[in-house]
Amino acid sequence: MDAYVTLIQLLDSTIRLSVPLLFACLAGLYSERSGIFDIGLEGKMLAGAFAAGTAAYLTDSAMAGLLAAVLVSVLLGLVHGFASITHRGNQIVSGVAINFIAAGTTVILGQAWFRQGGRTPSLPAAARFGDLQLPGAEALRDVPVIGYIYSELISGHSILVYLAFLMVPFTWWVLQRTRFGLRLRAVGENPAAVDTAGISVPWLRYRAVICCGILCGLAGSYLAQAQGAGFVKDMTAGKGYIALAALIFAKWRPVNAMFACLLFGFLDALAIRMQGHPLPLIGEVPVQFMQALPYVLTVVLLAGFIGKAIPPRAGGVPYVKER
Amino acid sequence: MARAAIELIGIDKRFGLVHANRDINLAIERGTIHGIIGENGAGKSTLMSILYGFYQADRGEIRVNGKKVAIIDPNAAIAAGIGMVHQHFMLVENFTVLENIMLGVEGAPLLSKGIAKVRATLRRLEEEYGLEVDPDALIEDLPLGLQQRVEILKALYRGADILILDEPTGVLTPAEADHLFRILRKLKEQGKTIVLITHKLREIKAVTDNVSVMRQGEIVATLKTKDASVEELAELMVGRRVLLRVDKGAAKPGEVKLAVENLTVRDNRGCVVVENVSFNVRAGEIVGIAGVAGNGQSELIEAIAGIRRAVSGKVTLDGRPVDVTGRANPAELRQRGLAHVPEDRHHMGLVLPFEESENAILGYHDDPRYLKGPFLDIEAIRADAQKKIAQYDIRPADARLKTANFSGGNQQKIVLAREIERDPSVLIVAQPTRGVDVGAIEFIHRRIIEMRDAGKAVLLVSVELDEIRSLSDRILVMFAGRIAGECGPEASEGEIGLLMAGVEKKAAAE
Repeated sequence: MDAYVTLIQLLDSTIRLSVPLLFACLAGLYSERSGIFDIGLEGKMLAGAFAAGTAAYLTDSAMAGLLAAVLVSVLLGLVHGFASITHRGNQIVSGVAINFIAAGTTVILGQAWFRQGGRTPSLPAAARFGDLQLPGAEALRDVPVIGYIYSELISGHSILVYLAFLMVPFTWWVLQRTRFGLRLRAVGENPAAVDTAGISVPWLRYRAVICCGILCGLAGSYLAQAQGAGFVKDMTAGKGYIALAALIFAKWRPVNAMFACLLFGFLDALAIRMQGHPLPLIGEVPVQFMQALPYVLTVVLLAGFIGKAIPPRAGGVPYVKER
Repeated sequence: MARAAIELIGIDKRFGLVHANRDINLAIERGTIHGIIGENGAGKSTLMSILYGFYQADRGEIRVNGKKVAIIDPNAAIAAGIGMVHQHFMLVENFTVLENIMLGVEGAPLLSKGIAKVRATLRRLEEEYGLEVDPDALIEDLPLGLQQRVEILKALYRGADILILDEPTGVLTPAEADHLFRILRKLKEQGKTIVLITHKLREIKAVTDNVSVMRQGEIVATLKTKDASVEELAELMVGRRVLLRVDKGAAKPGEVKLAVENLTVRDNRGCVVVENVSFNVRAGEIVGIAGVAGNGQSELIEAIAGIRRAVSGKVTLDGRPVDVTGRANPAELRQRGLAHVPEDRHHMGLVLPFEESENAILGYHDDPRYLKGPFLDIEAIRADAQKKIAQYDIRPADARLKTANFSGGNQQKIVLAREIERDPSVLIVAQPTRGVDVGAIEFIHRRIIEMRDAGKAVLLVSVELDEIRSLSDRILVMFAGRIAGECGPEASEGEIGLLMAGVEKKAAAE
């Protein structure tokens, strides 16, 4: 029974840790399926988290924090769009620039405004997204096996967790069943086909980076207002890059993306749990090793196990009308 | 002319210094097939892009069915009933036929209704015009002929009354081209107006009612096709008399210079695309390899030229083996007298941003003639380039001009001059006249025959059947990675066409 409880707790933290990855991964999916590579997920998430922490602290409202996160992240997304769509700049350079801007600006503004070493003051409960108890969670707690799964694993997360997982089927539906999705997929593969069909390539791609911005904002808001209680310097800690790895691993598909993010979330949860617990035979594993695992895994899996990941064909290439 | 479907009045367009269209006046009769021919760079494609709303004319107006319309973008063209089948298909390769057809005209924010409508319309179009295609097939799985049909269906689905086809037969087998022409005639019978842009005179004669000839941005003549001879049209296009048939004497084949035995090659995805191919080329003969693009020709010549490693097989050059499965490399083969004019001059033959003289020595830059100690001898290189420019009549005659600024024909001459002037013993020429205009074609063909007459072994690969037939002394036909058959230059187009389509000789006879 002890092992069972441990396992459920491990899975529970897996879910919590995969949420920011999932938001960011889906964000990247919208952008990259439209042909705009986005290495700036990390920066948008970080700036979003800072905005969420600041706005929620100043207004005492969780919603205001979330909206501020989305707004800031969308604005950064538009900067990326302006550089790479309107001015056909290099998408990687633009994305990296956004990461640097976010990393620097958040700390400087945080220190200037709050003087707590770059962090924002800790948020009261009202300014955070608290855990929701699903109906019947308490009542079912004692039902053997299933009751515990329901009350511990499925119930008791913040609204953003449920939103993240709902975004998965929603994104699939958007891509496969809507006009916007059809055009989005088309523009990432062959923008010339979209252009000759009388659809504006730039406007379509701008809408994609806006979607990306919204989702990165949600990821940031989750970090500052649900997982944590305020913004902390560098709180994304490379999650944007892991999300990119997950996106490649998922071959740019939403349902695969969810599983990839859960896998990386699981490794993360495992790493935390293993800290200070020596393994039989091996002894204590350095925490850095566990933290490196997602990246190692990505390389190994991409190299041999899941076959070739084929990115959207027009990805990274600015669209120029041919003469 | 009340029956004109399209009237272009005084259309004028410049791109910087290039005057692409000069005061074009053209009327296209309703219910006819109207051909537009001209050399590359004559302004055909620009004119059609203006008609389809890709560019705006600087001056002039467009009338559709007698009414003046402003075609500001492709949407406006579609609304005016104009559809276009582009030379490079505008299809999303990993989409289904259905998704491609509905892209841009989905009808509603959700797709389900649109899908039903596309299916119904496809069935109707299939009945009316015999345009069969599986709506759920992925584009990348379809042969090029069918992909083109999807492009036509796209235009028809959007309600096009006037259909513009830009060089539609470049990627088709002769049989597929004939099928296309049948479809076009059928569309004409149903009252559609068709504009066919091509540089192939044969197609103009085969299918059009009227023909307009463009030269240097101007329409130099509009004629009834039945009143115009092929020679006359060629002369109008080029502006001087052109020899359409290549004059050549009989071949005097000597010893075997290039022998290929059981060569097997894989493509980048690891599929075997050349399987057990054997043939040889003798001194003083041209061996032509015919076939629809993508049947292994590219990989075959890459393997012979040392660019791609073969899986198995033997290649002998001048009696000495070439390590095609191992260490062969293009530099070594060049030294041994193998010259290669690659099929895609933009990707493999030239560095477009370089100046002409730099491209003229590409791959031969370590020749002591071009070196002064460890440095390049720029003076010598330019002088040498200038000499070749004169010999090959490359225009503009400026060795310091950026290569991208030369026309396709002149770029090809730069590559040809570089490879031929090395006096190789074996010359591999792939698609020597792709995207090259009639005047330059004549020149290039003459050079290739001169090489043969000088006792060189020439291996010619081309998807242009006419070119293969007029130049080759022996013709090999490739299909699905194998040599499907061999014939002499006297073989009929139909005979070669069947081999190209994979019909074996025996089966064809039955």
